[in-house]
Amino acid sequence: MENEKDTKEEKEVKPDFQKFVLEADTYKTLLSKKYLSRKKFEERDWGAIKSFIPGTIITVEVKEKQKVNVGERLLVLEAMKMHNIITSPIKGTVKKIHVKAGDKVANHQLLVEIR
Amino acid sequence: MSLKQKTIDLKRRMQEAIQGGGAKAIEKQVAMGKMTARERIIALLDPNSFQEYDLFVEHSAKDFDMDKKHLPGDGVITGTGTINGYPVCIYAQDFTVAGGSLGFMHARKITKIMDHAMNLKIPLIGINDSGGARIQEGVNSLAGYGDIFYRNTIASGVIPQISVILGPCAGGAVYSPALTDFVFVVDKISKMFITGPEVIKTVLGEEISMEALGGARVHSEITGNAHFFAESEDECVEQIKKLVSFIPWNNTKKAEPFPKKTPNTKQFKIEEIFPSDARQPYDVRNVIKSIADDSDFFEVQALFAQNIVIGFGRLNGQTVGFVANQPLVLAGVLDVDSSDKAARFIRYCDAFNIPLVTLVDLPGYLPGIDQEHAGVIRHGAKILYAYSEATVPKMTVILRKAYGGGYIAMCSRHLRADFVFAWPTAEIAVMGPEGAANIIFRQEISEAENPEEMRKQKVAEYKKKFANPYVAAAYGYIDAVIDPNETRRFLIHAIEVSSQKAENSPSKKHGIPPF
Repeated sequence: MENEKDTKEEKEVKPDFQKFVLEADTYKTLLSKKYLSRKKFEERDWGAIKSFIPGTIITVEVKEKQKVNVGERLLVLEAMKMHNIITSPIKGTVKKIHVKAGDKVANHQLLVEIR
Repeated sequence: MSLKQKTIDLKRRMQEAIQGGGAKAIEKQVAMGKMTARERIIALLDPNSFQEYDLFVEHSAKDFDMDKKHLPGDGVITGTGTINGYPVCIYAQDFTVAGGSLGFMHARKITKIMDHAMNLKIPLIGINDSGGARIQEGVNSLAGYGDIFYRNTIASGVIPQISVILGPCAGGAVYSPALTDFVFVVDKISKMFITGPEVIKTVLGEEISMEALGGARVHSEITGNAHFFAESEDECVEQIKKLVSFIPWNNTKKAEPFPKKTPNTKQFKIEEIFPSDARQPYDVRNVIKSIADDSDFFEVQALFAQNIVIGFGRLNGQTVGFVANQPLVLAGVLDVDSSDKAARFIRYCDAFNIPLVTLVDLPGYLPGIDQEHAGVIRHGAKILYAYSEATVPKMTVILRKAYGGGYIAMCSRHLRADFVFAWPTAEIAVMGPEGAANIIFRQEISEAENPEEMRKQKVAEYKKKFANPYVAAAYGYIDAVIDPNETRRFLIHAIEVSSQKAENSPSKKHGIPPF
């Protein structure tokens, strides 16, 4: 019991203060868990077509080296009994197709690359 | 039958209904570490104050052989009672009866007690412990939820509504607590989510436990859905009783006054708990305790967005709502979560005639791509909206730094604070001295023989001239620069003179806050 109290008091005496710079001024403070685990920003690659849900590829409707326009059908991904039509968000050429009909895909898996 | 026989028959019927799901189901409930619905009501209300209604309500379902099933009280207990002599309407879902599932009559019992609370103008407490919609009753159970949500919304800001999550509360059921004022959760017992771990696994292939998905800690620390976190049901009961002591019966009343008590200024001595250097951390809750009656501060959402502190206290026996930046965490910045947290609390206090005391010590809004993309503009605007809209007495004390947009947002004169006080340590400026000097004296610094030396000199110059409360005081943006030890006296006086405050807002249906 006494040990427990000791360690608790010690924790209160020595909080893990960090330097926190805002504009040019530096503050001594604690950083929250949510702040420390915030996601680093990544520029979105619009040509990398990824699955937005796990499922099965039903059809692939383009071929490599084929030119595609914005909104053109690329493939059909079945998930939750729904046929999701994946279209191209950009105008370009199909550089590589990473899946074929019947493939099971995970979430965020790279399906098609358009350049 | 004679009267005596009929009375015996009544007692027998009552006895049977009170058993709920029966001994076996109760045993299961206890094995999960939970109290029964009836025990919960009795623990919360004053002894012998509970009056139950609708004990003999029966479900009305016919499909799927439901007509052969008997569900005592249809899985929910409703009634009225008192907490510290304070009247309340209450319902508690009974998990021992068909898993506390919500069917048509179950919902009707709840909406009936909600209507009572609205007619009687007294608080409503809902204890949730339910597996969700009673699937066999189909669309009728959905109708039941809808009827509850509608009443929650209409009652919002009229009577206090308290939700206690003491078991699962999943799917649509979570929206009733979300629409109420305060949500209480208990570690390892409360579980809230829209779609459970099983659905998430089948749809997304992601595995997660109920606890990690929507346990009490998650909702207290991460989502902010819960306002009070307790280790046990007993502790939760004490928290509810304490909250009820701070709030009024309804929006036409003020909170009941409490016996006056002075704070413990020996334990919470400003000179010892407060560093005057704006870059040093301290716990602003200690400053609140140095001001509030009996040093009693009842914190709301203590684990969520800890860079702002909100909660109730009393000044000369009268309830006030404290909103304070917390320099201990993230230097007290405003960000998406802290703005959200404070704004809702400000609107609560305004709706229920609770004066607001704002303690300011912040370097501004938190910079970052994640913040900008999470909508810090939209969320940050909520705090401006809430303070501007509030018509209760608004007292602001600027303790140290009050920079930029943060200064404006924290109930400044410009958002119609009634009284703005500043400690001599206050620094009211567009930004921190280092940043400001870098910009204003950019040329002098870059052209100097020793730029670093010049920079230091210019920062010191700026600090001396602007890092104080007197520039703002000279414009009348601050009403008084005060000795920190006189803060309580100034606040009590401010509340006394604003007791008749009446502010006329222009007539409108309602504003459009940046939800």
